[in-house]
Amino acid sequence: MATAVEVHDLKAWFGKTEALHGINMAVEAKHATAVIGPSGCGKSTFIRCLNRMHETNPEAKSEGTVRVGGVDVYEMPAVDVRRRVGMVFQKPNPFPTMTIYDNVAAGLKLNGTHNRKILDDIVEHSLQQAALWDEVKDILKKQSGASLSGGQQQRLCIARALAVSPEVMLMDEPASALDPISTAKIEDLIFELKQKLTIVIVTHNMQQASRVAEFTGFFLMGNLIEFDKTEKIFTNPSDKRTEDYITGRFG
Amino acid sequence: MGAAREPHIPDGQPTGQSFGAAAATRSNQPDSSKVPFVNQTREAPAWKKSVINLDSGFKGLMLVAALVVLGIVGLIVAELMQGSALAWQKFGIHFFFGSEWDPVSGGFGALPFIYGTVVSSLVALFIAVPLAVAVAVFVTEMCPKPLRRPISYATELLAAIPSVIYGLWAIFILVPILRVHVEPWLMKYFSWTGLFTGPAYGIGMLAAGVVLAIMIVPIISSITREVLAVVPQPQREAALALGATRWEMIRMAVLRNARAGIMGAVILGLGRALGETMAVTMVIGNSPSIAKSLLAPGYTMASVIANEFNEATSDLHRSALIEIGLALFIVTIIVNILAGLMVWTVTRGTPARTNA
Ligand SMILES: Nc1ncnc2c1ncn2[C@@H]1O[C@H](COP(=O)(O)OP(=O)(O)O)[C@@H](O)[C@H]1O
Ligand SMILES: [Mg+2]
Repeated sequence: MATAVEVHDLKAWFGKTEALHGINMAVEAKHATAVIGPSGCGKSTFIRCLNRMHETNPEAKSEGTVRVGGVDVYEMPAVDVRRRVGMVFQKPNPFPTMTIYDNVAAGLKLNGTHNRKILDDIVEHSLQQAALWDEVKDILKKQSGASLSGGQQQRLCIARALAVSPEVMLMDEPASALDPISTAKIEDLIFELKQKLTIVIVTHNMQQASRVAEFTGFFLMGNLIEFDKTEKIFTNPSDKRTEDYITGRFG
Repeated sequence: MGAAREPHIPDGQPTGQSFGAAAATRSNQPDSSKVPFVNQTREAPAWKKSVINLDSGFKGLMLVAALVVLGIVGLIVAELMQGSALAWQKFGIHFFFGSEWDPVSGGFGALPFIYGTVVSSLVALFIAVPLAVAVAVFVTEMCPKPLRRPISYATELLAAIPSVIYGLWAIFILVPILRVHVEPWLMKYFSWTGLFTGPAYGIGMLAAGVVLAIMIVPIISSITREVLAVVPQPQREAALALGATRWEMIRMAVLRNARAGIMGAVILGLGRALGETMAVTMVIGNSPSIAKSLLAPGYTMASVIANEFNEATSDLHRSALIEIGLALFIVTIIVNILAGLMVWTVTRGTPARTNA
């Protein structure tokens, strides 16, 4: 068992408001870890610290250590961190002025990959990994990323993130804007993906957490209350507050 | 703790503050929605009716105003067509391709003026567009928040300066600088292009282009700023999360998404430049010749009308000037409509956005 992401005493602020109060977590490699908790408890803030997206907000500040593959992310250029730790957002955000192909190739082109053959291969592979290839292979270079349905757009965003072969994939409620069928597809996808990379998924939906994740962390008001095997969290939590949350007594 | 305050989440309140009465109907809705169907009558209550009347009266008023404006435009066109009939009968379409302009012998061709208008405007765009877009990008994407307003305000203040002041400034400051420093340098290093040859007068096409550029930077940059501001934040995040540097993010997620709108801003700037008269007249040299060199003097459509209309003695001369005016009018209207459409499609916010 290897640790992919190691978080130590992580604190985060928006202006003067402290949103995370010292988080410690070890994320298991090639597994899915779910982050659950009521709205506003700091789930998004937490995962945005893992790839240093948090600091793109001019008001934001953070403190503590985050190690990815053993290296402190604050000692690497932020750009490199984000290539190693990909991210998928709550609302699908493909680039509307780019074709489907160019959307997937966008990250590679940033890396300086311009070889047609290599791009073609990676684009196809990424779309296949995102279970979108069959649906778009005929319109790859004809249609804009924005012309797809919501669920397809989200899988396109996943393919786009996969194309730069990250070690870790962060997903912030990736299915909350989607219909049940699209949601099921995304969940299947997570199952496939965790064979190859580490997944941290924020979710509102406890069934989803129990379906896709081996480990679950429960956040409450900026604290990590409990972090354990998913099964343990949902059947036999050790903290009263976790129990209250999963039995629906608040949040 | 943190969860108690949610300053970043907008409440989704309707923000339209158009009309006192309309706002009142809106704020009444939440209450009535709590008791659905109970006191909903088929007919609107009296106070609502009066609001509707006021509303439709206002609409009618706007319609009349719009029709009046259209009518005025139509009248102007008719007037210009009537006034230019004589020149049109005499020269026909050749009027726009002839380069002779001789009021004494009665030969009139508009080409030198068309050329001057187009070239001075293009020079202006060449200088103004990069500058204006850079200012807009800096203000929306890079500059610290407290500096945003002052910088945009200062740029927009440039638009409030009267044209004749720009002309004076150009004559006393810009033209000497061009003559003594810039033009000799251009001649030394770029004369091979053929665009920078001949004596450095200071006054000429280049001077006109530079003044025009300064005059159109505010409009291009303020509209570009608006267009950049409506690029959705998730687009920026998407690029950053892929490992884009800030500059790559600006290119990939911001400028690219905004390109149609920026194009509109540029065309709007072009519309301004085409019709600008006073400042250009003061520095372009007013010579109806077509020279490849940008250092040579030229003439524009607007300038020749301003300069010669009062002194035009023959009917044909006057008619020719009016025909130039008509051509200028039609071109600027088309350019402005085009630009307006392009900006509108972007800022109204549908097609450029993802439909998730
Ligand atoms: N951009 C922001 N500016 C200021 N405060 C923010 C911002 N984003 C989030 N917060 C605050 O940080 C806390 C955690 O938010 P977030 O991480 O988005 O919660 P979650 O994803 O669990 O719903 C909340 O109290 C929220 O109000
Ligand atoms: Mg969130």
